[in-house]
Amino acid sequence: MIDIGLGHYLMLGAIIFTIGIVGIFLNRKNIIVILMSIELILLAVNINLVAFSIFLNDLTGQIFTLFILTVAAAEAAIGLAIIVVYYRNSSTIRVEEINSLKG
Amino acid sequence: MIAHSIFFYTFSLIAIISAIMVTVSKNTVHSVFFLILDFISISCLFIMIGAEFLGMIMLIVYVGAVAVLFLFVVMMLNVAQQKNQWFSSREISRHIPIGIIISMIIFFELIIVVGGWKYKPDLITAMSLTLNKDVSNTHSIGYVIYTDYIHIFQLSGMILLVAMIGAIVLTFIKNTEVKSQSYFNQISRERSDSVEMIEVEKNKGVKIDD
Repeated sequence: MIDIGLGHYLMLGAIIFTIGIVGIFLNRKNIIVILMSIELILLAVNINLVAFSIFLNDLTGQIFTLFILTVAAAEAAIGLAIIVVYYRNSSTIRVEEINSLKG
Repeated sequence: MIAHSIFFYTFSLIAIISAIMVTVSKNTVHSVFFLILDFISISCLFIMIGAEFLGMIMLIVYVGAVAVLFLFVVMMLNVAQQKNQWFSSREISRHIPIGIIISMIIFFELIIVVGGWKYKPDLITAMSLTLNKDVSNTHSIGYVIYTDYIHIFQLSGMILLVAMIGAIVLTFIKNTEVKSQSYFNQISRERSDSVEMIEVEKNKGVKIDD
C-alpha cells in the first residue's frame, strides 16, 4: 500500500480509461464532452505506457507516448473543426438531435 | 518512499475526481476546466516518476493547446448553456444500464490484465532501449528520436500538417461578396489575349467593343 509500484499506475490508468468510456456511453447531450472523454481515454493509455516504460527500464514506451500525444492533438483539432462545421450547418450539436444515420 | 506515495495518492485522487467531474458536470466550460486539472495532475505524476520531458510536453501540448482549443470552441459555439444532463433524456434509462455494464466489463478486463502482470512479471523480456541513469530523460529521448525513430517522427509531423490543412479547409468560408485579386489570372495573362493589332483603313476609324 505504501510502496508505489507498477500496479498502482496501471490501476490509475484503468480507472481513468473506464471513466472515459462511461462518459462516452452516458452522455446524451453534448458532443464536445464526448471528445473530452476520448482525450481522457488517450490519457489513460499514456499513463500505462509511461508507467511500463519507467518500471521496465525501457525507453520505447515514452517515445510511443510522444507519438500518441501528436495523434491526439491532431484528432482534437479535426474533431473540433468538424463540430464547428456541423454547428454552422444545423445549428445544434446535441447528441440526441444528430440522428441522420438513424443510429 | 513515504513522500512518493503521498504525492502519488494525492495526484491520482485529484486526477480521478476531475475525470469524473469532466463527464458529469452540467456546464461544458466547467468540464473543460476539469480536463485541464486532470492533465496537470497527470503530468505532475509523470514528472514524479521520472518522465520529465513527457510531463512538460503534456503541459504544453494539452493544457496550452488542446484544452484552450476546446475552450475556444465551447465559447464560440455558445453551447455552455446547453445543460449536460444524463437523466433528462427522452429515452430515459435505456442507454444507462448498457453503458454501465459495458464499462464495468472493460474495467474488469483491465483488472485481469493488471493481475496477470503482478503474478507473471517476466512476461516481456525483450528490451530494445534500456534507460541510462547517467543522462537525463530529455537527453535519452533526444538520442533515439532523431536516429532510430526518425521515420516515425517525420510521419507524425506529416500527420500534424494534414490535420492543420484539414481543419483550415473544413472551417474555411469563401467570401464571394468581396472582390479580390486573382494572382494566377494576372500572371498567366498573355499578350495575344489582351492586345490586338488592327489595320486601320483610311477615313473609316475603328470601332471598339461593339
